[in-house]
Amino acid sequence: MLLLLVLVLTVSPFLWQLSTSLKSLQEDIYTRTPSFLPQQPTLANYAEVAETIPVWSYAANSLVVAAIVVAGNAVGATIAGFALAKLRFRGAKLLLGLFLATLVLPGEVTIVSQYVTVRSLGLADTLLGVALPGAIGMLNVLLMRTAFQAIPREMDEAAIIDGATAWQRLRHIGLPNVRGMLSVVTIFAFIGAWDDFLWPLIVLTDPANYTLTVGLQYLNGTFSANPRLIAAGTMISFLPIMIVFAVLQRFFFKGVEEGAIKG
Amino acid sequence: MTHHRWFTPWLLVAPAAVWLFAFSVWPSINTLVLAFTNARPLGGEHFTGLANFGRALNDDQLADALVNSIVYMLVCLPLLTLLPLLIAILVEKKLPGIMFFRTAFYTPVVASAVVVALIWGWLLDDRGLVNGFAQWLGVIAAPVPFLTDRWLLLFSAISLTVWKGLGYYMIIYLSALGNVRRELHEAAAVDGAGPVRRFWSVTVPGVRNTMLLISVLVSVSALRVFSELYVLSNGTGGPGGRDMSLVMLIQLYSRGFTGHLGYASALSLVLLAVTIGPMLLLLRLNRKAA
Repeated sequence: MLLLLVLVLTVSPFLWQLSTSLKSLQEDIYTRTPSFLPQQPTLANYAEVAETIPVWSYAANSLVVAAIVVAGNAVGATIAGFALAKLRFRGAKLLLGLFLATLVLPGEVTIVSQYVTVRSLGLADTLLGVALPGAIGMLNVLLMRTAFQAIPREMDEAAIIDGATAWQRLRHIGLPNVRGMLSVVTIFAFIGAWDDFLWPLIVLTDPANYTLTVGLQYLNGTFSANPRLIAAGTMISFLPIMIVFAVLQRFFFKGVEEGAIKG
Repeated sequence: MTHHRWFTPWLLVAPAAVWLFAFSVWPSINTLVLAFTNARPLGGEHFTGLANFGRALNDDQLADALVNSIVYMLVCLPLLTLLPLLIAILVEKKLPGIMFFRTAFYTPVVASAVVVALIWGWLLDDRGLVNGFAQWLGVIAAPVPFLTDRWLLLFSAISLTVWKGLGYYMIIYLSALGNVRRELHEAAAVDGAGPVRRFWSVTVPGVRNTMLLISVLVSVSALRVFSELYVLSNGTGGPGGRDMSLVMLIQLYSRGFTGHLGYASALSLVLLAVTIGPMLLLLRLNRKAA
């Protein structure tokens, strides 16, 4: 019973928004006895929101940013995590210490100078400027290192005796054993990039370049539009991420059980 | 003894190391430097000593923001430390279909804070569902100004943060609950302890470390709040700009051509100063756990 109560509390706001987005202009959405189901469901609001703001190109912008961030983390954090966990080299300890130290610093503390850096690279008001700082997350490097460390030493030793190079060890021993963590890292990278608001809000100034979250606030703030349009906009942002998550949730919860988000 | 060429590890860590220095180490140093300058988006940057900090001392909006942050933290802390534990206990049982509930409860975490804030903005609108329903019930005569009153807006944002955080901390508790020994529960039940008693004497001590970890995480993220307040107040910071958070002020001063990056950096150091306490506690906990 309690389960159902919590379910209603968590899910109904989304359903209410979905319902609002499907209600036609003729239907009174302000009535005190509102109906949960639209009387005549219509997709007109989705078409109209696209006329008010370029919502589809905002979605494409968000997708571009998310793709760069996912690819960067999948590659960059994986190879660095492997080197830190499995190869010995001078300075490894120091580097590891620095990676750990960055975790104490909330991202918002350095966001101003982050912006100064991105601007001096000539990337202010570009999607690349939005994606770049998060393209290799320090936490992800550490998570991947933890995953590689869990692989038994004997497997590496056997491979070394067989004359395997570092690269072959990464491909044939490392990667197959860190799939769980890699999926958690990439899912989180995607969700994080898709949902991010503060950083793109600072970097992007031209409304043509907005990502979906910034664009939605722009719609909300500038056009003080009718709630049906905002509802349609939020659904355009929410449904893709919900679908991605619903499809991948098995990997996610499995990775979490292996202890991925404890730190 | 090594089994690879000396430069192979460096080749592999190089990208991450470049990112570490370009987007973590350097910005940290630069924040410290900028805080003592009058840097602006366009044009010069001069050393101004403690001027930014002097300005901060007399900044009424900053004083409001600090009060808001403390209220935010004090309300979030108990709610987000306890409620997710109760929910985790609910979904811990291996019932058929329990994965559906876990996923559903996690949904608000997956959604962007902007999406969630827009949804709540509509729910709490003067003519929205909550006010409409309460008026229909006759509980209130006139709409409650959830989004236009200084304190109500703050508490609306807090409840939104709590609602969005439940699933996140639920998952962390869930992995901790797996380590609480089932025999202890059974032994306590045999001794006649009811569910409430067992919760306080078996479950809570069993997840004590996780609870500490979560209370630190909750505190730090409450101090860092941005999107909820920004979207609910439409970027204005509420009536008279009194519902600003620290991060909103940082954003306000760093944006656009009229920004004041030096002052924004000084505010960043203020944010660091208030979050460092809980953060250091977190590091100590981590060291203990390791």
